[in-house]
Amino acid sequence: MAFDSFNEFIAMGGHAPYVWAAWAATAALLVAIVLHARAERRQLLRNLQRRARREQRLGVDQDEATKVSHQSGGNSS
Amino acid sequence: MPSVDTRMSDSGDRQAAGEPRGGLAVAVWATLKRDLTLLMRRRSEVLNPLVFFALVITLFPIGISPDPKLLATIAPGLLWVAALLAALLSLDSLFRGDYEDGSLEQLLLTPQPLPMLGLAKVAVHWLLTGLPLALMAPVLGIMLALPAGSYLILAFSLALGTASLSLIGAIGAALTVGLSRGGVLLSLLVLPLYIPVLIFGAGAVQAAIMGDGAAAHLAILGALLALSLMLAPWAIAASLRISING
Amino acid sequence: MWSFINKLRSPKWFYAISERLLPWFWVAAAALILVGSVWGLAFAPADYQQGNSFRIIYVHVPAAFLAQSIFVSMAVCGLVYMVWKIKVADMVAAMMAPLGAAMTFISLFSGAVWGVPTWGTWWMWDARLTSMLILFFLYLGVIALRGAFSSRDSASRAASVLAMVGVINIPIIKYSVDWWYTLHQPATFTVTGRVGMPMEMWVPLLIMVLGFYSFFIAVTLMRTRSEILRRESNKRWVRDLAGGER
Repeated sequence: MAFDSFNEFIAMGGHAPYVWAAWAATAALLVAIVLHARAERRQLLRNLQRRARREQRLGVDQDEATKVSHQSGGNSS
Repeated sequence: MPSVDTRMSDSGDRQAAGEPRGGLAVAVWATLKRDLTLLMRRRSEVLNPLVFFALVITLFPIGISPDPKLLATIAPGLLWVAALLAALLSLDSLFRGDYEDGSLEQLLLTPQPLPMLGLAKVAVHWLLTGLPLALMAPVLGIMLALPAGSYLILAFSLALGTASLSLIGAIGAALTVGLSRGGVLLSLLVLPLYIPVLIFGAGAVQAAIMGDGAAAHLAILGALLALSLMLAPWAIAASLRISING
Repeated sequence: MWSFINKLRSPKWFYAISERLLPWFWVAAAALILVGSVWGLAFAPADYQQGNSFRIIYVHVPAAFLAQSIFVSMAVCGLVYMVWKIKVADMVAAMMAPLGAAMTFISLFSGAVWGVPTWGTWWMWDARLTSMLILFFLYLGVIALRGAFSSRDSASRAASVLAMVGVINIPIIKYSVDWWYTLHQPATFTVTGRVGMPMEMWVPLLIMVLGFYSFFIAVTLMRTRSEILRRESNKRWVRDLAGGER
């Protein structure tokens, strides 16, 4: 352990604002990346399921739907 | 990855069909001549980068200070940056006209290797932008109180450097030629790639002022040119194919 | 070998295999980053010169490593896409670009924050920071180019070409910036890469680097899976998947 007490750990020997700012920004960005990836996946699955339900309700035969539907996902990442 | 055009392999057939020998040289020469003629007819397009260059250089003494001592220290960098931006300005029109009137598509359909034809177009671009910029730079150098003894190096480094700039820039121009608003994107793509040329070009002039020989810098500029001569034509050809077929 | 490449061609296969791999990379990323953070923040000894501000290294260096490797991997994926027309490779490349830009941003931001206690200023034209900034612009160029095309195929091929051109240029840019820096700022104090870093300092750094790499792989796999569903949303297997997961 490089620090004697928890307060010293927080103070970082006077460099607290810099160390914690850099670490917090990194942590925030990493968490944001994970949350974005998760939200993207959920949204996508929801859309796919909604579409599957709609097609089933309308009684569209699946192969027919493949031919007719030209709906494609966005190009955006 | 651009592969060597397979249609080149049937040269025997074409000769039997009565096509002239030395097809590649003829095609490159024809492209050179055509582009030169076209650009000489639209003189404003050739002159605009030069006027831009002079104007930007005029802005700096007004914006910073007319003090010759101060200007002399920043002159090499200023001249190089301004020339680089002027060369960038003219890039957007490199393939634009040919794209719009459909002759670029014809160029793609020729049996000649596209990298060579692209190289011919780039050569014309350099002849009418890079070279005039290099010849004009010493005059602007006088206005910026550039120390004596560096004028020749300035012109030579610009002539050598703008050739690389034209080659690298042509990749960006080829990638964005099919886009309606490619201009700003082009500078975003190309400017980061220009940095090594800028460093060694401005460094050459700086070294000449300090009295150390500029030979090392010029040699590196030459090496950069050789490298871009070797690789850029392939990237230009691949990019043109993407822009046309996409 | 051939059959392996043929398997890679199939997004469905990639979707299935990545599902099995993904949890492992998440676990590895979480564990390594957690251990590395605690070790680096609390247990590694303070630097004799910089005190505790040196602990920024544990986010700065992994992010910088990743920023460079992601660009290289992006170019490799671009090459694979251009040569073998493997669609998954392009999807992976598309998903990597924003992540790489984010990593470049982290390393720039942490470098700037680190600059305050070390140099007394937020920004210094230090060789590493400068080449990182240029890398950031290269990432922005690739992302912007991909977004500019309306046809997905052209966008993919253009981004692949640009990534390959960029990756050839990165070492040239890096060396020229290093050279430029030593010319203008001789013998300044460099933040990282000093010799003789004690083991208690570099082991946590190594753990953090590995953690960041696992994180990168996990995020890329996950987002590629989403991209596969998006692009293949009309394929039978995706429809069956959506129907079955209700």
